[in-house]
Amino acid sequence: MTRISMTVDGVRYDDDVEPRTLLVQHLRDRLGKVGTVVGCDTSNCGACTVLLSGKSVKSCSILAVQADSADVTTIEGLAGDGGELHPVQAAFHEQHGLQCGYCTPGMIMAAVDLLTENAEPTDAEIREGLEGNLCRCTGYQNIVRAVRAAAESMRTSVPSTPETAEAGAREGVTT
Amino acid sequence: MIPAAFDYTRAASVEDAVTVLAGAGDDGKVLAGGQSLLPMLRLRLAAPTMVVDLGGVAELRGVRDDGDALVIGAMTTHDDVTKHPLVREHAPLIAQAAETVGDRQVRHMGTFGGSLAHADPAGDLPGVALALDAVMSVAGPDGMRDVPAGDFFVDYFTTALGASDVLVSVRVPKLTGWSTHYEKFHQMAQSWSVVGVAAAVRRSNGSIAEARVALTNMGVTPIRARGVEEALTGAPATADTVAAAAARAMEGASPLTDGTASAEYRTQLAPVLTRRAVMAAGGL
Amino acid sequence: MTVTEQRPSGEVGRDRRRKEDARLITGRTTWTDNLSLPGMLHLAILRSPMAHARITGIDVTAAREMTAVVDVFTGRDVADVQGSLPCAWTVTPDLKHPDHPPLAVDEVRFAGEPIAVVAARDWASALDALEAIDVDYEPLPAVLDMEAALADGAPLVHDSLGTNKAFTWVFDSAEAGTGGDLADALAQAEVVVRRRYVQQRLIPAFMEPRSVVVDPTPDQITMWSSTQVPHFVRFFLAALLGTPEHKIRVIAPDVGGGFGGKLQITAEEFITFLTAQRLHKPVKYTESRSESMLAAHHGRDMIQEVEIGARRDGTVTGLGVRLLANMGGYLRLLTPATPLLGRYMYNGIYKFPAHRFECTGVFTTTTPTDAYRGAGRPEATFAIERAMDDLAAELGMEPMELRRRNWIRHDEFPFTTVTGLTYDSGDYEAATERAMELFRYDELRREQQERRHRGDRVQLGVGISTYTEMCGLAPSRWLGSLGYAAGGWESASVRMLPTGKVEVLTGTTPHGQGHETVWSQIVADQLGVPFEDVEVMHGDTRTSHKGLDTYGSRSLAVGGYALVEACRRVVEKARPMAAHMLECDPADLEFVDGQFRVRGAPGAAKSITECALAIFAAHDLPDGVEPYLDADASYDPVDFSFPHGTHLCAVEVDTETGMATIRSYVAVDDVGRAVNPLIVEGQVHGGVAQGIAQALFEEARYDEDGNLMTGTFVEYTIPSASDLPDLVTDRTETPAPGHPLGAKGVGEAGTIASTPAVVNAVVDALRPLGVTDVRMPCTPERVWSTIQAARSANGGEPR
Repeated sequence: MTRISMTVDGVRYDDDVEPRTLLVQHLRDRLGKVGTVVGCDTSNCGACTVLLSGKSVKSCSILAVQADSADVTTIEGLAGDGGELHPVQAAFHEQHGLQCGYCTPGMIMAAVDLLTENAEPTDAEIREGLEGNLCRCTGYQNIVRAVRAAAESMRTSVPSTPETAEAGAREGVTT
Repeated sequence: MIPAAFDYTRAASVEDAVTVLAGAGDDGKVLAGGQSLLPMLRLRLAAPTMVVDLGGVAELRGVRDDGDALVIGAMTTHDDVTKHPLVREHAPLIAQAAETVGDRQVRHMGTFGGSLAHADPAGDLPGVALALDAVMSVAGPDGMRDVPAGDFFVDYFTTALGASDVLVSVRVPKLTGWSTHYEKFHQMAQSWSVVGVAAAVRRSNGSIAEARVALTNMGVTPIRARGVEEALTGAPATADTVAAAAARAMEGASPLTDGTASAEYRTQLAPVLTRRAVMAAGGL
Repeated sequence: MTVTEQRPSGEVGRDRRRKEDARLITGRTTWTDNLSLPGMLHLAILRSPMAHARITGIDVTAAREMTAVVDVFTGRDVADVQGSLPCAWTVTPDLKHPDHPPLAVDEVRFAGEPIAVVAARDWASALDALEAIDVDYEPLPAVLDMEAALADGAPLVHDSLGTNKAFTWVFDSAEAGTGGDLADALAQAEVVVRRRYVQQRLIPAFMEPRSVVVDPTPDQITMWSSTQVPHFVRFFLAALLGTPEHKIRVIAPDVGGGFGGKLQITAEEFITFLTAQRLHKPVKYTESRSESMLAAHHGRDMIQEVEIGARRDGTVTGLGVRLLANMGGYLRLLTPATPLLGRYMYNGIYKFPAHRFECTGVFTTTTPTDAYRGAGRPEATFAIERAMDDLAAELGMEPMELRRRNWIRHDEFPFTTVTGLTYDSGDYEAATERAMELFRYDELRREQQERRHRGDRVQLGVGISTYTEMCGLAPSRWLGSLGYAAGGWESASVRMLPTGKVEVLTGTTPHGQGHETVWSQIVADQLGVPFEDVEVMHGDTRTSHKGLDTYGSRSLAVGGYALVEACRRVVEKARPMAAHMLECDPADLEFVDGQFRVRGAPGAAKSITECALAIFAAHDLPDGVEPYLDADASYDPVDFSFPHGTHLCAVEVDTETGMATIRSYVAVDDVGRAVNPLIVEGQVHGGVAQGIAQALFEEARYDEDGNLMTGTFVEYTIPSASDLPDLVTDRTETPAPGHPLGAKGVGEAGTIASTPAVVNAVVDALRPLGVTDVRMPCTPERVWSTIQAARSANGGEPR
């Protein structure tokens, strides 16, 4: 067992884990963060995407011990404290960017990461930026539309950047 | 799937890592970013008993200017390599190729040194390192040593690294006055390269003064297309001469037939992609 | 007419945002794998690494001794209680239907077949214990090639059957009296085109791997399963494992995609159920993706021999189809029926005077096949639309013109086709015209000519698919006549609570389709209540106990009808109460926007919600009105409905590398009246993406020993956003005459339509090089090698 400490969605957790434990297993099975899901064994599908210290990673291809001391944001930590949706979440709903919804947590987290780096992506940049996330339902058409719409709303509205949204999600939580 | 159980050490330093690996013999494995290793562990295609994590060794990360060369720390992520101003200025070929590795998430975790040490014949960075005459700095039980890229890639998924060795950094000579291009061929965004071509060209007075071309996935290791380089050197920078030179891409190549493509198809692609890579690098 | 002319007056026709989204975009979903019950054990399944072998010994001793392991058992241990997995469709009386034990006992017949089970306190320990199980195999010959499997003396998949042939099914329009004799028709033809098309094997690849949790309480055994068909699962668990039906409850919670892949009664469900019964503890099994690729059923995998005859003017005289369909190692729920679901559709949208169809099912040592989005109809549409293009090329005729000459005109509906089906409605002219306009068809043809003329390295191809499909499975009488074990009706229950809110129970089981939203829209209109006041419940056999689930684009076409009828009955139940309160004759009331109004007496009105409260209170009920305002209805369709459309695709082919890239794609679909156009559009997008994937990207491949070579997403390459084009979609609306909302189905249309559009475009780009077909998927290497083969066949010169 290895002792690790990480902050997940604003809450600090200290745990002893088997070194072979994947980050996503730790999140789901130990911390109860079942919003993050697993879709494959080979890091292709991206359903397990979370932000690790602000950057998107595939939590099925990282050992929990690798995330020691890190700050993790999952889909469950994205909305504000009052439950107000992150602009990317809102856009996925508004633009019908999901059907079965299994890929959605990872897709949203990947989109949040993309928009952090590129606030005004072209459709081609959105498609390329989401190449690590597979969806079997939507043909991606409305996912692209949702990310475009989210980018637009984040440029023009107040809770503008993912960083501030994340910071907002973290604030006020005791550690 | 979940990996088989293993012991784990978070190395405090390169020396620490080498020591632990030496103790583990052939059952030790270095964990860099883990983006190739973790899927293998999960599918239980690999089952090391000791995993040595380099993630805590700060000295392995980053890019520094070393006069006529860049030194890229082995644990620098693809994402950091791609965006680093020194890399973009002095080794844009690396930035361009690193940006095609995996996807955003993989590039946030996967490392430059990890890709080179993994030595997947379909990996893009080994060919680039070879084209740039990079030199690997390796720490082992007997201390540090330098291994030129040409000697580093030994066989299918096999490098000059011993079981107790750690790749520390990669020294990449600056190419001043050169222009470069990486031509990657794959059908789908997530697919590995069927064939890739790394090309660097120095033009002078309407001619190609020097050229370096390396091929990805045209053998068990990346290879230099010496015949192409020879034909390009001193030749007028025209589409015709490039096409003629590119036709020699197969000299020294021995492509495999695998689940992705046949050797015959790779034989078709190599000259075509070489021509395209050199044309793009040469601004033609 | 085009959709822009539609103006919704109520909820139906509105782009309602989905109710389902709230939990899905916040990670508050209940996937089966999210469940964790006190004392729950985790299963891992040992699977055969061999395609075909006799099991000569299994030693589980070491595994039993391992930490945290609670139980290890093999097929032999449960041989007398595990039953046999069901096949529900006896397509011919002499169908060969071998036993399909959930855990192999003596012999394995595909790589991935379950052999032994470990139950442990955690999943990792269960997986570790699998590695300690020692199995001895005596290898038997792999049977992979369908044609070779049918040859005399071929090794047999099932020795006891004496053959690898599962069935042969024949339709002949002359014998059926629906058309002429094919041989005569081809003899009279001036041109006959013969082609062999191959439908490669596909993997449905729903994003959520299958998962099962079983909780065996003394009162009832509850199974949560990631399934499309909880009602089927309950029935078959009861029928085949001996547990009384009323002691079984099956729940499909949130289900992450299915595409037919979860229209199955699985070995894993049986195994988990048996384990929970053995151990009297809750048990969970969740497959990994690589297990899913091996063990969840595959789709397609057919060889199609097509012959089509025509006169020089383009009039088709007859169509013959001979089909070999790969069953895999066993028959699963609908395995033999899947190719036959396409058999009515080989004539497509056309008026063919003669037709003969013959299908033979073949056992091989591969993963069983079964329904995958479209199930038989994509294959049929591919064959006819590819053949029409090839015929047009042979005739030197513009391919759209050939289609026009043969399709059913708008004024000819309803139209009984050569297969005996009656198409309800359609307007192929309107959909095609709109598609060609959006596509800029003529411009692209001009550019194509220019590229051909200058011998461009990159050639342009234009692909057409004018399709129809039968959806709304299905009239029970029809199903019964074809040997199917169940019916095709659907049900709905609607109850207005005393406060006027509405609860709906539906027998359909959505897994991404948005029934909670669409059913709410329908109820809101029918009962005149706000959309938000409707709650839709599904997928639990305890609550929505009557139902036949979701597949075959049936939910709205059949379940939606039942829902409208249940709402109508609620209104009729409220009517006497309203009349009683208003002291008038029920016949004098009209029901508008949730209000009963007395005709000719403005102002005299009672809302249905007032009626609900009064009926609940029951203080003063009129004669014959029972307390509680609720009603059930079921609907058994009289016939299928037939959506249609025109899809056009432009593909650029790099002739040096063989890379085919979609440049533009237009889909104009007519699915009748759209209840929620936003959701309809989404269904088309996803369907088209899957069809494109078959055309260009996906193929499940086996090596010569029968090992699956595409066992992960690294090798089985489903497209990402980067690999797919921007899709242009539009609709025409020709209402379904047999449906109260005018709706047809849309779930499979995109997949059915798109594959031939893409492949036709690839072939069209390369016809000047002598190419007449490219086998799917049209990967760069396959396109390149096809070009090479055509060049050498033509003496190295372009034709």
